[in-house]
Amino acid sequence: MSIELRHLTHVYAEGSAFRSVALEDINLTIRDGDFLALVGHTGCGKSTLVQHLNGLLTPSSGQVLVDGEDLAGEGVNRRALRMKIGLVFQYPEYQLFEETVAKDIAFGPKNLGLKAEEVDARVRAAMAQVHLDWQKYAERSPFELSGGQMRRVAIAGVLAMQPEVLVLDEPTAGLDPHGRDRILGIIEELHRQGTTVVMVSHSMEDVARLATRVAVLSHGKLLAEGTPREIFSRQEMMTEAGLAVPEAARLCASLRAAGIDLPADLYTEDELYDSLLKRWKEAGR
Amino acid sequence: MNLKSITLGQYYPVESPIHRLDPRTKILLTLALMVAVFLVRSLVGYALLLGFVYLAARIANVPFKLMMKGIKPLRFILILTFLLNLFFTTQGNVLFHWQFITLTDQGLKLSVHYSLRLMFLVICTSLMTLTTSPIQLSDGLEILLSPLKAIHFPAHELAMMMSIALRFIPTLLEETDKIMKAQMARGADFESGNLIARAKAMVPLLVPLFVSAFRRAGDLAMAMEARCYHGGEGRTRLRVLKFTRADLYAALAVAGLLVLIILEGRLLPAGWLL
Ligand SMILES: Nc1ncnc2c1ncn2[C@@H]1O[C@H](COP(=O)(O)OP(=O)(O)OP(=O)(O)O)[C@@H](O)[C@H]1O
Ligand SMILES: [Mg+2]
Repeated sequence: MSIELRHLTHVYAEGSAFRSVALEDINLTIRDGDFLALVGHTGCGKSTLVQHLNGLLTPSSGQVLVDGEDLAGEGVNRRALRMKIGLVFQYPEYQLFEETVAKDIAFGPKNLGLKAEEVDARVRAAMAQVHLDWQKYAERSPFELSGGQMRRVAIAGVLAMQPEVLVLDEPTAGLDPHGRDRILGIIEELHRQGTTVVMVSHSMEDVARLATRVAVLSHGKLLAEGTPREIFSRQEMMTEAGLAVPEAARLCASLRAAGIDLPADLYTEDELYDSLLKRWKEAGR
Repeated sequence: MNLKSITLGQYYPVESPIHRLDPRTKILLTLALMVAVFLVRSLVGYALLLGFVYLAARIANVPFKLMMKGIKPLRFILILTFLLNLFFTTQGNVLFHWQFITLTDQGLKLSVHYSLRLMFLVICTSLMTLTTSPIQLSDGLEILLSPLKAIHFPAHELAMMMSIALRFIPTLLEETDKIMKAQMARGADFESGNLIARAKAMVPLLVPLFVSAFRRAGDLAMAMEARCYHGGEGRTRLRVLKFTRADLYAALAVAGLLVLIILEGRLLPAGWLL
């Protein structure tokens, strides 16, 4: 499933004194199997963009095409599409509402109109995906869980619909390193199994490790778009967007400035380590 | 941020002498204007009132149309008042008679009178709420009500509750919007179905909303205590209210209007009176 944004513009409170342009002329294509990371400073419009991907917001102008079909078009079943493009909001734990974890996760599949057995099977599968033990947690109240566990229940609630595209708005915000690794591990695994992923993130390290493509937003405009290697080698552009590059890329740049001959586009720790090791060995010989 | 400013009551945030008036003045003068509305005896009096509020709107930099808009939600009550008085008044000279319907001149006068009264009451309140921010209003109310503390009336608590409620209305609206979207992303349907289906569809919205409202209330109480809040006793204010010369002029203007309206009731020939 591919999603194409064409000249997407979104204006909040149009026609009032409080009018604000949140997105301006965004052109972006998300292809099958991509892992797209959406980065940008606070308030640059990431959450606004993400809500266009499944039709929760309608563009002020421009189009959102899903498999070539305009989302805002007549006769498009937006509700059905919404369930194929799973959206996990920022702080999704605040949307839990059922008495038990299992019932809450079943909300999505039930809305799909599935049979009881199928719903049950999906709930179990989704809980396994997010590493929540069914025996232990299915009958617990979601409000008794820890924040990280609640987050996983909320993500399971979206996964249980088995979406083709998974969109996550800062899924690791406010979690400890362990909880963060857990969630990122789950997302990585899903991407490996063929789910297309769009993830909003403030951590360039996570982006460097996971994403196949990166889109940089700044003040509602798309500043750059490309592979992590292309994006992270443009340090100036990133600084202009109010962002940092991964630690490894920064270290690499400093070393190059100090006269050490390294490739300009390194951005992961492993790459940098290998290059340095190679140089050190060469120097030793 | 934007959402917040839109939903904060109907306050119209511009600069003007009337906006700068002390909220206590505005509350008291609004009450005086309401008394004036009840003293009006003729169409001339209503014309005077209309002229006054029109002038006030001009000085306040508030579109006059916006002030009239406050009447719109009341249109059914207005029409009802008009019709009831028109058809159910039996005193006076009969103007029109057909089967069981009787219209009298007295009925016509009364219905015009009552509808105009209601309209002007709303317009006068709008004049205040459009030019005074809700926070200022609750500040003003607190001070005006504080003499009642002698009889254990919780003036401070009431004002504090009002300010907090006002502060959280936009937050809750934002939250509602967010939760609604999140549940729609899971296929929730808030728009179709019969009444029962729709009521049921609200559960996934209301439960998280209540949970978060209680969480926020708890957090706020904690934060207030952490900053040593212990009720109104001995508390000083950030915004100290002060009467100025402008308050005096405003009071004089309203007093002048009151005198005119009282005179109008006495001086006009009987035929003019409503
Ligand atoms: N409901 C709304 N009404 C009016 N303006 C809004 C609304 N939601 C967002 N905005 C404005 O639109 C702009 C983009 O907001 P958005 O939430 O998309 O930013 P973001 O990139 O997700 O930020 P963050 O990193 O803080 O989550 C902001 O300037 C914000 O003030
Ligand atoms: Mg956001």
